[in-house]
Amino acid sequence: MIRSALSDATIRWTIAGFLVLALVGTLFPNWILNNTMFGLAYGLAVLGLLLLWRTGLVSFGHALYFGMGAYAVALLERYTGATDIVMRLGAAMTVAGGTGFVLGFVLRHYRGIFFAMLSMAFSMVLYGVLVKTEALGSTDGFSVSQTTILGWQPQSKYPLFLAIVGLCVIATTGVQLYLHSALGHLTTSVRDNEIRVEYLGYSVATAIHVKYVISAALAGVAGGVMAMALGQVDPDSMVNWTVSGELVFITIMAGPGSVVAPFIGAITFEFLRTFAFELAPHAWQLIVGGTLLGIIFFMPEGLWSLTRLISRKREKVR
Amino acid sequence: MQTTFTILLDGLSYASYLFIVSVGLTIIFGVMKILNVAHGGFYAWGAYSAAYAIGLAADLGFPDWFGFVLIGLSSMGVGLVLGLLIERLILRRLYDHEEVIIILATFGLFLVLEDLILLVFGVNPYFAYQPMVFLGSVELGGILRDVYSLTLLGLAALVAFACWYALDRTKWGKILTTVIYDREISLAIGINVNAVFVWTFVAGATLGALGGAYISPTLSVAPGIGIDIIVLSFAVVVIGGMGSIPGALIGALMVGILRAVAVHKFPEFELFVIFVVMAAVLMVRPEGLFAPVKARRI
Repeated sequence: MIRSALSDATIRWTIAGFLVLALVGTLFPNWILNNTMFGLAYGLAVLGLLLLWRTGLVSFGHALYFGMGAYAVALLERYTGATDIVMRLGAAMTVAGGTGFVLGFVLRHYRGIFFAMLSMAFSMVLYGVLVKTEALGSTDGFSVSQTTILGWQPQSKYPLFLAIVGLCVIATTGVQLYLHSALGHLTTSVRDNEIRVEYLGYSVATAIHVKYVISAALAGVAGGVMAMALGQVDPDSMVNWTVSGELVFITIMAGPGSVVAPFIGAITFEFLRTFAFELAPHAWQLIVGGTLLGIIFFMPEGLWSLTRLISRKREKVR
Repeated sequence: MQTTFTILLDGLSYASYLFIVSVGLTIIFGVMKILNVAHGGFYAWGAYSAAYAIGLAADLGFPDWFGFVLIGLSSMGVGLVLGLLIERLILRRLYDHEEVIIILATFGLFLVLEDLILLVFGVNPYFAYQPMVFLGSVELGGILRDVYSLTLLGLAALVAFACWYALDRTKWGKILTTVIYDREISLAIGINVNAVFVWTFVAGATLGALGGAYISPTLSVAPGIGIDIIVLSFAVVVIGGMGSIPGALIGALMVGILRAVAVHKFPEFELFVIFVVMAAVLMVRPEGLFAPVKARRI
């Protein structure tokens, strides 16, 4: 299994890239470390959206799973006192993946704008509940205490960062392996021609359902990671429709080219937002929105298309 | 009995407000097949420019009724300027893209519009209460109500009538219907589809701005007012059927009444119930509750 995984060049490069990130992370001051963790959290969610996007589906409601993951971490601590990273992420993934499995039975029959709208409606139902429920913290949300790693209480943020990087390696490798499995190869085929896929003897509905559950579980884990990195959960920055919008935004910005692209896109987005906010507190949305339009107009394949530019140049030299 | 009356009145005036905002969204979707997230931006721009103009007029000593003129003028101004700019400069170049990419582009536009408001009008809230004070209040069913909120019903009826008249009784309406049914055939018989798109977008933007402008005297116009209205008008439009004007009316009535019932009886379900209905409608009849049966085009 491991040997076959390592024979894939993308996986080798991904692992190498994350190793470098983990090493460089030791030099990061706290704010860069935090921002990178937020970026990695978004990246995990976007990795799931990438799967859907390659199938031709865009979900404007993945904040549902992102928020569920975050609240699962927070509520687990409130009711059982558990702060361990494995339990936290396990809870986040189970809750989000389970909900995705149930809702998937409905959503797998929808395409295009209707898929986007129905997923948005589902996510706004959760938002409506959270905002109005006093017991769940209402609009203020509540705080999440520091994460322990297998019973050990780290003194700095770095061990958590390292754990998140490891998680990203596992997620990316898993998704890459999935894409090369029989079911994974159906991804783009479903987008191109559903009827042909059916004639080949595969079920389009099942193919979409599996991808939907994977993306939901990934978004749940992402929300859990976000809650741990931020130390706080609240509905407006985690469950509102603008969060779903941001996630889709990063998906487009990153481009569908590779499983690593979501992380590059998300970290870029996080730093773009921080710097925009720093430079122009009242105009950061202007900068972010302008960037989005610029990418749609001038870089339809996303940031990942830059790498192709580099490799094309290399070919010319040869 | 009295609560029922209050709920009904609250629901109706909220529904009127939702209808005015959503009808612009549904017209744009019906003709151009664009789900316009930037509609919330038009709404916020309408609210801000009206509130600003009303405040300015009051300082300059204009009479209070003049506020109504300013509401009309500022929503038309916002619709014309923003509508033309956005359609001409941005959307026009995106028509051959996938529909979800266009949604995302309008999301980007929404973010840009939000911050342009902060740059132009600043971060402090505006209060334009003059038109509301001018109309005073009246006792209805034992409760004192401001007349201004009640005039919303009249405005919504006016907008609904104008839409019906324009679509059903004018040459422009016939052309629009043709474009809605088949863009290609319309081009072939010599309709200037580009012009239809521009003016549809301007009309939709104006209606969005009008919703914001007319509601602005009843609330404090502060940053972020466009965020909630987008999803609410999406819910309205989806429940009635995307692209249908009677649908927007029915959707607005349902959402308005539901919300009023929730606010008075079960306040914790205020938002929840609206989106549950939206999801239920999408699951049972994705074309909208009262959408006419359409022949599938092959």
